[in-house]
Amino acid sequence: MTAELKTELKVVSNATCTFCGCVCDDMELTVEGHRITKAKNACVLGKAWFLNHHIENRPVATIRGQAVPLDEAVEEAARILVHARYPVVYGLSDTTCEAQRVAVAIADRIGGCIDTTTSVCHGPSGMAFQGVGEVTCSLGEVKNRADLVIFWGSNPAESHPRHWSRYSTMPKGLFVPNGRKDRTVVIVDVRRSKSAPAADLFIQVRPRSDFESLWILRALVKGLTLREADCEVTGVPLAVWQDLAQRMKSCRFGVFFFGMGLSMTRGKHLNVEAALALARDLNAHTRFYIKPMRGHGNVTGADNVVSWQTGYPFGVNLSRGFPRFNPGEYTTADTLARGEADAALIVASDPMANFSQPAREHLARIPYIALDPKETPTVRHATVAFTTATYGINTPGTVYRMDDVPIPLRPAFDSPYPSDQEVLTRIERRIRQQLSER
Amino acid sequence: MPRETFILIPGRTSRQGTSLNVSKLAGEYIDEISTVFLCPEDMRRLGLIDGDRVRLRSDQGIAEVKCEAAKPGELPPGVLFLPYGDASSRLMSGDTHGTGMPTSKGIDVELEKL
Repeated sequence: MTAELKTELKVVSNATCTFCGCVCDDMELTVEGHRITKAKNACVLGKAWFLNHHIENRPVATIRGQAVPLDEAVEEAARILVHARYPVVYGLSDTTCEAQRVAVAIADRIGGCIDTTTSVCHGPSGMAFQGVGEVTCSLGEVKNRADLVIFWGSNPAESHPRHWSRYSTMPKGLFVPNGRKDRTVVIVDVRRSKSAPAADLFIQVRPRSDFESLWILRALVKGLTLREADCEVTGVPLAVWQDLAQRMKSCRFGVFFFGMGLSMTRGKHLNVEAALALARDLNAHTRFYIKPMRGHGNVTGADNVVSWQTGYPFGVNLSRGFPRFNPGEYTTADTLARGEADAALIVASDPMANFSQPAREHLARIPYIALDPKETPTVRHATVAFTTATYGINTPGTVYRMDDVPIPLRPAFDSPYPSDQEVLTRIERRIRQQLSER
Repeated sequence: MPRETFILIPGRTSRQGTSLNVSKLAGEYIDEISTVFLCPEDMRRLGLIDGDRVRLRSDQGIAEVKCEAAKPGELPPGVLFLPYGDASSRLMSGDTHGTGMPTSKGIDVELEKL
């Protein structure tokens, strides 16, 4: 009976890919037992996501590398977090909104920091949104209306392969009936990435000159006169900037997608503020919008959940019983690199691979709990590790697309492992009990 | 070979994105995140060929990786590209300048042939 079930073949229609922020929800998955064998409509990243997530041969939980029952690991995880003086809860961008909500509750119970991978992705963009505001729209509006599409510091051909075909440059829309032919596509980047050949206009700026380039465009859009010498720092002639500024002012519906080429480079939130202000300025001439290109499948959901729970999107401290927001103080890259955090709960992320060396060295010194479907450098070093089901493939729930549109998940097959939400709920319950026993 | 100063741009690649779904601990993923790309002109000038080992050194740390020539025109002289991963993290500073985000792109590094 079991063998028959394992080879049962089914097709899951309208499944959702959670690999990147595009969150494409038109997948047609062929499932054979505990394995997806075909992922129709998926891009190269989506195919790799679906075809390589099967049931891992790992214990459901470990403590210091030794397999233990789930209850024992939950008990130890709760004990670590309850006894910590400055715990951090981090990650959350590759799990459901339902799990994210429980993670915020845990941070609140233990009086810790709650932070997401946003802080090392578009965290500076979040700061800029607060300073300038975001002239925003949905990807559906882009699909139906945009006739000028700019990507700045982003390489969608490799990081968001279906963004162009599904949302931004290729599809035929209500006011762009000829699709790509009705649009002008511009790429601005420090290198001629794989996206560049597909653009109508590629502008290669000097590294670390994004801030100056954006302010040159702001000046030109405002009608100020600039000299060639003003543009030297960007490595791009004035005429090229003048041409782009004119295209921006004269389009019917423009959209500016920006990647981590702005938020991770020197200037960070100031680069993004310049881009946001440019989009805002352009609305004196036409309709112009701006959106960040978000990376992980539910990093946008993490921003939304942490915002509606605490009032702030990331880098929130709850130690005084009310939320305080301060990037640079309560963000995990800082609390670890400065050696402040004394315990951590890492959910669906891999700081042991992605953080700076000082942060990684400190994380290796403190007790921490990790939840992940796969073995990663972070899981390997964890004091307590849980193997969890993969969101979207094994578990239902809600994720947010990069334009803040919530999308439901349709899982392909069951997993013997618990979901992130289930493990976090059990840890949160034990934390409450342990706190009441103190 | 003397040390040369470059600007390092870590970033995503398609191969990094697909291989991390298989394993982040071995194989193709490790190969991808341990390969730095230079423009062909810099490769020739420094006497490097594809597969040579180089040492990258920033104010923060050191990483040893192999090098490959980027496609002509992809990178300007003086700029390196390295897929995100352990090596790029070793070169990032822990200081976020009050933003929560270490400067992860546009890092000054010295390159030395091993």
